[in-house]
Amino acid sequence: MERILILGGGVGGTIVANLVGRKLRHWVDSGQVSVTVVDRLGAHVYQPGFMYITFGGERPERLQRPERSLLDSRVQLVVGEAVAIDTVSRAVRLETGEWLGYEHLVLATGSRIVPQEMEHFEDEAHHFYSAEAALRLRSALDSFTGGRIVIGIAGMPYKCPPAPLEVAFLLEAELRQRGLREDSEIDFCSPIGRAFTIESVSEMATEQMIEKGITLHTFFNVEAIDPERRVVQSLEGEELAYDLLILVPPHRGAQVLIDAGLAPAPGGWLPTDRQTLEVVGQTGVYALGDATDLPLSKAGSTAHFEAPVVAERIAAAVEGRPPEELQATYNGRVMCFFEIGDGKGTLLRFDYDHPPEPPRPNRFWHLGKLVFNKTYWHTVPRGRV
Amino acid sequence: MIEQVGNQTAHVVDARGSYCPGPLMELIRTIRAAPVGEVICVRSTDRGSRVDIPKWVEKAGHRLVDVAERDGFDEIVVEKTH
Repeated sequence: MERILILGGGVGGTIVANLVGRKLRHWVDSGQVSVTVVDRLGAHVYQPGFMYITFGGERPERLQRPERSLLDSRVQLVVGEAVAIDTVSRAVRLETGEWLGYEHLVLATGSRIVPQEMEHFEDEAHHFYSAEAALRLRSALDSFTGGRIVIGIAGMPYKCPPAPLEVAFLLEAELRQRGLREDSEIDFCSPIGRAFTIESVSEMATEQMIEKGITLHTFFNVEAIDPERRVVQSLEGEELAYDLLILVPPHRGAQVLIDAGLAPAPGGWLPTDRQTLEVVGQTGVYALGDATDLPLSKAGSTAHFEAPVVAERIAAAVEGRPPEELQATYNGRVMCFFEIGDGKGTLLRFDYDHPPEPPRPNRFWHLGKLVFNKTYWHTVPRGRV
Repeated sequence: MIEQVGNQTAHVVDARGSYCPGPLMELIRTIRAAPVGEVICVRSTDRGSRVDIPKWVEKAGHRLVDVAERDGFDEIVVEKTH
């Protein structure tokens, strides 16, 4: 039997499993191929929803579903944590000590947040990169009565590059609605020389920041927190005082990838071919989503568009045919919504060869994001769109 | 990926086609994890990188080694100094 093993039941792992299960249905049904997903929690979490726990009344329980409920019946699910990968004998060891062999391996292990890597982060800073943290931030905002709020980025790469700006806009709108705006200052720290990496979006965002009175600090990469003076310090040598601090925490790839020698420490991002998505130097091992070292947004959308490439390459290998070139080549496609606040949004859509040309912010794209949030469970993980 | 760039060995960051997070973010990410003295070469198809990256390098106090135009992309070489 030919075994396809997928580590991670997030967006990328789930779509690859469902697509491969369908493409190879006759092989699976006749017992010649197995498709197995290994997931630590056995639960699929819709992470873009975390921000809406803080700002949109979303509830954590609505952002999580059993992974089994999203998988094709041909796909097996093992709930457990992979703790070792042996690429020579082609097997993965689980924390229980059980080994799972494979002929084809997909590493969709995502990224993890490591706020503990920055001293004082956990005591001083809020974030919105987990349901618990988003709830804590909600609670801190509920008791906020005015003062200086600093929003910054404490490590790269991080999930969803537009998220900190979206939070700045949503926060500003909330403070205005609660009558606290005149008693508050909002400072936004951008790691680069403008508000956002994409110039046209940056221009749009800068206009909005001027209009909304949000102060932009450029080239401010958060490096340290001084809790006694209540200041945040930058890699570039500047500092800002805060009453409420909201920081994107540092992120890392999965520890098991570093331990297996597949991804370099300290980051833990897998060296990945930008078109085939094969892990460099590892025939038959693929990576997608946050786990890769590709210079792309760490976002579900990236994994979503990468998954068909991995599925086609594996299906072709099993069937002993060359992969369909168009389906089996990733062109860098990413598409995501961007909240501007006040019920408006825009859309970022690009690939390796085409920069984004986002439309003017409008209600349509804000509603588009809300609709996407609701319909996600029925479409994306199942590989229907 | 380590490669020979000009007459020195450099950690190459291939950020061609990167719009989000973009070449400068990729450089900052790499430089934060690199040892002092490491030379980093960013490849970028974003014309803004020729301006943005040297500006950040100056502000952050690192050393700009070279900015060169290659076949369809720019190559910006930076040394981490502290």
